[in-house]
Amino acid sequence: MINKVVKNAKEALQGVENGMTFMLGGFGLCGIPENSITELVNLGVTDLTCISNNAGVDDFGLGLLLQKRQIKKMISSYVGENDEFERQMLSGELDVDLIPQGTLAERCRATGAGIPAFYTPAGYGTEVAEGKETREFDGKMYVLEHAFDAQFAFVKAWKGDAAGNLIFKGTARNFNPMMAMAGKTTVVEVEELVAVGELDPNQIHTPGIFVQRIFQGKGYEKRIEQRTVTPKS
Amino acid sequence: MALTKQEIAQRIAQELQDKWYVNLGIGIPTLVANYIPEGIDVEFQSENGLLGMGPFPDEGTEDADLINAGKQTVTILEGGSLFDSAMSFAMIRGQHVQLTVLGAMEVAANGDIANWKIPGRMVKGMGGAMDLVASAENIIVAMMHTNKKGESKLLKQCSLPLTGVGCVKKVVTNLAVLEIKGGAFHLLERAPGVSVEEIQNATEGTLIVNGEIPEMQF
Repeated sequence: MINKVVKNAKEALQGVENGMTFMLGGFGLCGIPENSITELVNLGVTDLTCISNNAGVDDFGLGLLLQKRQIKKMISSYVGENDEFERQMLSGELDVDLIPQGTLAERCRATGAGIPAFYTPAGYGTEVAEGKETREFDGKMYVLEHAFDAQFAFVKAWKGDAAGNLIFKGTARNFNPMMAMAGKTTVVEVEELVAVGELDPNQIHTPGIFVQRIFQGKGYEKRIEQRTVTPKS
Repeated sequence: MALTKQEIAQRIAQELQDKWYVNLGIGIPTLVANYIPEGIDVEFQSENGLLGMGPFPDEGTEDADLINAGKQTVTILEGGSLFDSAMSFAMIRGQHVQLTVLGAMEVAANGDIANWKIPGRMVKGMGGAMDLVASAENIIVAMMHTNKKGESKLLKQCSLPLTGVGCVKKVVTNLAVLEIKGGAFHLLERAPGVSVEEIQNATEGTLIVNGEIPEMQF
């Protein structure tokens, strides 16, 4: 077994520098790498390009990096309700590249799977396809989309072992498995770091081969963005 | 009487077919889940990685790790499954999801749809809408027939940046059910008490009215 365990977020983020491109897992605030984000704030690295489906909220998730003006460019599908994001985008401080969600997911997957580019129907005939190669297959039009290049991927899993094998919980899986595949260095934080042998190999979502560093996360807030309930009758 | 948002959802629910997998967008489309006709089994797909989406959880049982694409806490029904975003959009682009219901700012008589961006205003992004409209076999658009100023949202050509081209085949508004084919809106049904003339006046794109147009039945 190849041991991937590091002590904490600080050790896991060694090598992170200004100007790098990162992938960060999560959908909204669900399944985001809370500990790695906090450490990025502590490190104070700037001019970052962040590939993440969303951009957090004002005071949580990637919003924390936006507050400190650490992000130069966001690549996302939906940036939602974030006042500071809006202010920086409108003032031109922040560069934003909005791309269809399925294209974002597939570009991450392609990055890790050795596929430099692929055709997708999403965005054909819209401004998303402007300047991109298009091609017809069986009478339907498609747009050529390219893989990414990210130095680090920050991933959050539910359970993981020292070999880097991961299991996700609920809809916190979202972009995490593809980003784990795609990072040159993939840093995983888990809610529960278990002994090797404890995870059933049949149940592994992400095999350890994709993971370079794994650590036991702490203090998870797991904030809920839209708390909707069925009232008790 | 023009339909309420609930009634638009109720009318769309009549389009559901047994054994369909369905993706519901945010807003009026979400309400469709409340009106599934009896005897019809459908399963709801949420593009953030959930099939078999159930109602909102009972108070006190909400789980931060179980949300829908609108970031609302939800539940998962027996027989449901969880997966990553790449697999989710494989289901969508691969046409394994039979129906997509989504909202729109504008729809054109050629089937174009615009629902993600108003130039000059804050742009929040398209989310999964472009993937959904580019691939779905059946797309039903749930929308108000006119904007707040009373101007038609069913146009000859969309004026806003497009989400997809030539993809919409059916529109259910507060006034009518319409089919899009051959570059025109074909009037299929009227909201109860709404006249063909009212619908005509509220529709900028070419409207084809063939014979007697029935009222919607609830």
